[in-house]
Amino acid sequence: MIRLTGITRTFLVGGEEVHALREVNLAITKGEYLSIMGPSGSGKSTLLNIIGLLDRPNAGVYELDGGKVTALSDDELARVRREKIGFVFQFFHLVPRLTATQNIELPMILAGIDPAERRQRLARLLTEYGLEGRASHRPDQLSGGQCQRVAIARAMSMGPTVILADEPTGNLDRHTGQEVLAVLEQVHHKGGTVVIVTHDPEIGARSHRRLRMLDGAVVADEKD
Amino acid sequence: MRPTDLFNFAWQVLRGSVARTLLILLAMGIGVAAVVMVTALGEGARLYVANQFGSLGSNLVIVLPGRSETAGAMPGVLLGKTPRDLTLDDALALKRSHAVRRFAPLIVGAGDVRVGARSRETPVLGSTAELVEIRHMELAQGRFLPEGDPRHSQPVCVIGAKVASELFGSRQALGEWLRIGDRRFRVIGIMATQGESLGMNTDEIVIVPLAAAQALFNTEALFRVLVEAKSREQIAQTKADVEEIIRLRHEGERDVTVITQDAVLATFDRILNALTLTVASIAAISLAVAGILIMNVMLIAVTQRRREIGLLKALGATGQQIRLAFFTEAMLLASGGAAAGLAVGELGRSIVGQMYPAIPFQAPWWALVAAPAIAMTTAVLFTVAPARRAARLDPVQALSRR
Repeated sequence: MIRLTGITRTFLVGGEEVHALREVNLAITKGEYLSIMGPSGSGKSTLLNIIGLLDRPNAGVYELDGGKVTALSDDELARVRREKIGFVFQFFHLVPRLTATQNIELPMILAGIDPAERRQRLARLLTEYGLEGRASHRPDQLSGGQCQRVAIARAMSMGPTVILADEPTGNLDRHTGQEVLAVLEQVHHKGGTVVIVTHDPEIGARSHRRLRMLDGAVVADEKD
Repeated sequence: MRPTDLFNFAWQVLRGSVARTLLILLAMGIGVAAVVMVTALGEGARLYVANQFGSLGSNLVIVLPGRSETAGAMPGVLLGKTPRDLTLDDALALKRSHAVRRFAPLIVGAGDVRVGARSRETPVLGSTAELVEIRHMELAQGRFLPEGDPRHSQPVCVIGAKVASELFGSRQALGEWLRIGDRRFRVIGIMATQGESLGMNTDEIVIVPLAAAQALFNTEALFRVLVEAKSREQIAQTKADVEEIIRLRHEGERDVTVITQDAVLATFDRILNALTLTVASIAAISLAVAGILIMNVMLIAVTQRRREIGLLKALGATGQQIRLAFFTEAMLLASGGAAAGLAVGELGRSIVGQMYPAIPFQAPWWALVAAPAIAMTTAVLFTVAPARRAARLDPVQALSRR
């Protein structure tokens, strides 16, 4: 479903080339629950951004659902991202002036989905992620865990091919982190593909496939 | 993205920062209101002058003694100097022109008008029966000066409404006698209230036969002769005839000034239009300033909302959607500001209109269209740069910074 072949990404930092990713090869199949671990600067976030089509590799081929996406224009990438990728961020990235419902609705608005259809999906998502009582609350009236649940609901609203979570528990206390992780695992149990970037070995241990990265290369790839 | 969603999104942004929104609305509103008010004042002045000339009488040609080389001044201000007076005989000679329908010689002076113990200093006009037709005067009571040989006069007069009420109070003025200087006149007519007409308020004057005025002020010299051409097309012919007839009578010297109201009106029109346009352009600059304000605010918004823009991109917003969101926001601000400005301008116009009811203040239609249009255009133009910057934002960088 996701196939990366020879992906290389270099940045220019102060006139010097930094290799964030060196010839990464990776295949992720549908329904996998995968964690990417490694020290900071090892390239795990860059890899996630490239899988999420937010960043482009300097070399290599990326196939998503059987189609090459490396050569697409920015706007085409945006459309693919809208349909197939769901992001969950460490700092939630909810729009502060919008309510929980409106935040979840954003991707569907961008996709131009019919308002009646949007209402249906919203009702379902709110129930599914236990947010019925919080529908018209703004992010500053929500707890961290609730914020992240809103973010996950938003990521799921378009029925994406893959959920990409960058340190989803990094900004939460242990207990809430577990809760959020449980929600992500619930997505996985329903057949969704989940990729989590984390530096917490405990979280990594819960996933079914663990990638370890170092200096821009995948050094270990364990499956249960 | 659906248009209603786009609208809602922009609306939520504007509602999210009320102070910022109100400030921009204020700037835009002031600009639009300024354009509306300024053009309303200019147009009001123009219409006022046009009306004044209209009330003066149609197809009018005015003959003044003396030669002035300056065109376009107020007829009342134009007082050339000449050794040769314009006389009644000059005026009577104008009958020779076929283009002339009628004429009224005019003498103006100030007289001490008395009725019993009441006395009042008023302008006294000496003229003939034709004046009422030429100047489109209306009588409230009685009749105007009798027709007949202007060299001879009867002791009668026609008075303005204000003069009548001040001298006679609530008493019937018609048929009563009044005194101007050492002469007695019987009131045979009272004029209807017409208000100001080119510096001469018909409410406050007394009109006597020409010969009587000549005797009163002890002068043969006419203040001016009002000539009415037979038609609009014959105004030029009338002017030429008048100049020729008087030149022949004045031993070949062109020592009178003949002005047509059309020429004067056209000059006024041009001056006032130019003035309105100039001041309106200055007011329009404030609109451009408001546009620059919008640009600044939008640029700040791009920086402040980096994370949000990055997020939208991560959620699948295309560059065009981001640009559209910014343009919608700017358009909402501009149209809100324009609406507020139109309302405030209209309010200001009606307030000034109440203060000066004689002047028909009315913003011309082009200003009512142009002011909002300029507001919208500047808003959109000045949003191009911020919107492009937002659309080009790299989502990875935008999201990584806290």
